[in-house]
Amino acid sequence: MTAKKELLQVSAVENGTVIDHIPARKLFDVINVLGIASCDNTITFGNNLASRKLGKKAIVKISDRYLVDEEIDKLALVAPSAKINIIRNFEVVEKKTVNVPRRVEGIARCVNPQCITNHQNVRTRFDVVGSTPIVLRCLYCEKLTDQEHIEIL
Amino acid sequence: MNNCSLISITDYSREDILDVLKSASRFEECPNNRLLEGKVVASLFFEPSTRTRLSFETAISRMGGRIVGFSDSSSTSTSKGESLKDTIKMVDNYCDLIVMRHPLEGAARFASEVASVPVINAGDGANQHPTQTMLDLYSIYKTQGRLENLEIVMVGDLKYGRTVHSLLQAMSHFSPVFHFISPRELEMPPAYKLYLDGLRIPYHEHRELDNVINQADILYMTRVQRERFADLLEYEKVKNVYVLRNSMLAGTKENLRVLHPLPRVNEINEDVDENKKAYYFDQARNGVYTRQAIIFKTLNLTW
Ligand SMILES: [Zn+2]
Repeated sequence: MTAKKELLQVSAVENGTVIDHIPARKLFDVINVLGIASCDNTITFGNNLASRKLGKKAIVKISDRYLVDEEIDKLALVAPSAKINIIRNFEVVEKKTVNVPRRVEGIARCVNPQCITNHQNVRTRFDVVGSTPIVLRCLYCEKLTDQEHIEIL
Repeated sequence: MNNCSLISITDYSREDILDVLKSASRFEECPNNRLLEGKVVASLFFEPSTRTRLSFETAISRMGGRIVGFSDSSSTSTSKGESLKDTIKMVDNYCDLIVMRHPLEGAARFASEVASVPVINAGDGANQHPTQTMLDLYSIYKTQGRLENLEIVMVGDLKYGRTVHSLLQAMSHFSPVFHFISPRELEMPPAYKLYLDGLRIPYHEHRELDNVINQADILYMTRVQRERFADLLEYEKVKNVYVLRNSMLAGTKENLRVLHPLPRVNEINEDVDENKKAYYFDQARNGVYTRQAIIFKTLNLTW
């Protein structure tokens, strides 16, 4: 199946963003981190679509909305394989891969229950020390949080 | 935030470490001085640690500094729910330096971001205790005359023992060879072994405390604590395997010194105490000079 046909598995968008190549089991994480459930834009999504790369994938289409950098950083943490297509007038005008940032601030929770950030009002800060899979190192308690344990705030 | 703060041992470069050790020797010759005259140091112990607090407060007093603070947060506004940020902001107005111990990991780093004066971490939960590491380094430097190319044997709880992890990181600047002796349940975590692999520093793992120690320059003993074992039978099996007795030191090198962060339980038999290779009591005394040297560096003082 071609990439174009894969995209067409979910109805087309006139203007907006299509997030493709989301691993199927990460769909709901993506919906959560982008706050899609509570926005007014038209959203369509498909899950468990066939994908040569991922086996089963998910696609999210958001009409009339383009992601800002912080949203792309959040997306990178839960679904680093995702691809972003910017759609204008039913055409893909730009394709972006998500880049895992080097520093992540205020987005994820530290896995360490004894970390100061889990007890007091301290904005979390991490260095990204591994990208495939993602590993975060807390700048406060110095503990590592791996991809499986990343929880988005 | 002040860049001279000491929060984690990795805040110090190789040169910073050598710099502190040199001035620690100088403080050992001249511990009583007026270098902190007119200065106020806040000593904030959000959890009690008599050993560390007395060492710091002795260091400060011998330099002529004044101390304000508390030794246990139960008597402070923290127990009424004041945030760490607010406590630090208040104390920051009064003093020239903050020394703090806190049960939560990362508390000292956060305090150093909030405070305008420098912060010295006197222990943040199970995370870092860099002044302990510096006094370990000073003890090694003093007894061996150098830090380069030493063979270091670490014994006991290598999984949870933060002192061994920090010592490992600090010694990595000085081309060491490591030997790790521990039960399987308490072996050195993979992250530290990967760290050594990355730096091409050789290490060897052993299950028994036997004649590996004959090659050692430094024997660093730690407690094997009962509460670290899910299975108490396992604890019973290993608890006497990692005990050092005087007879075991017979074939060791002349320059070998036995270190232990103290307090010990039974991992060093008392018959070792009289051996001139036992260094753990002197090690504690070195803590005062090392802390004086760290304060000196942190406040950018001059002789
Ligand atoms: Zn943390």
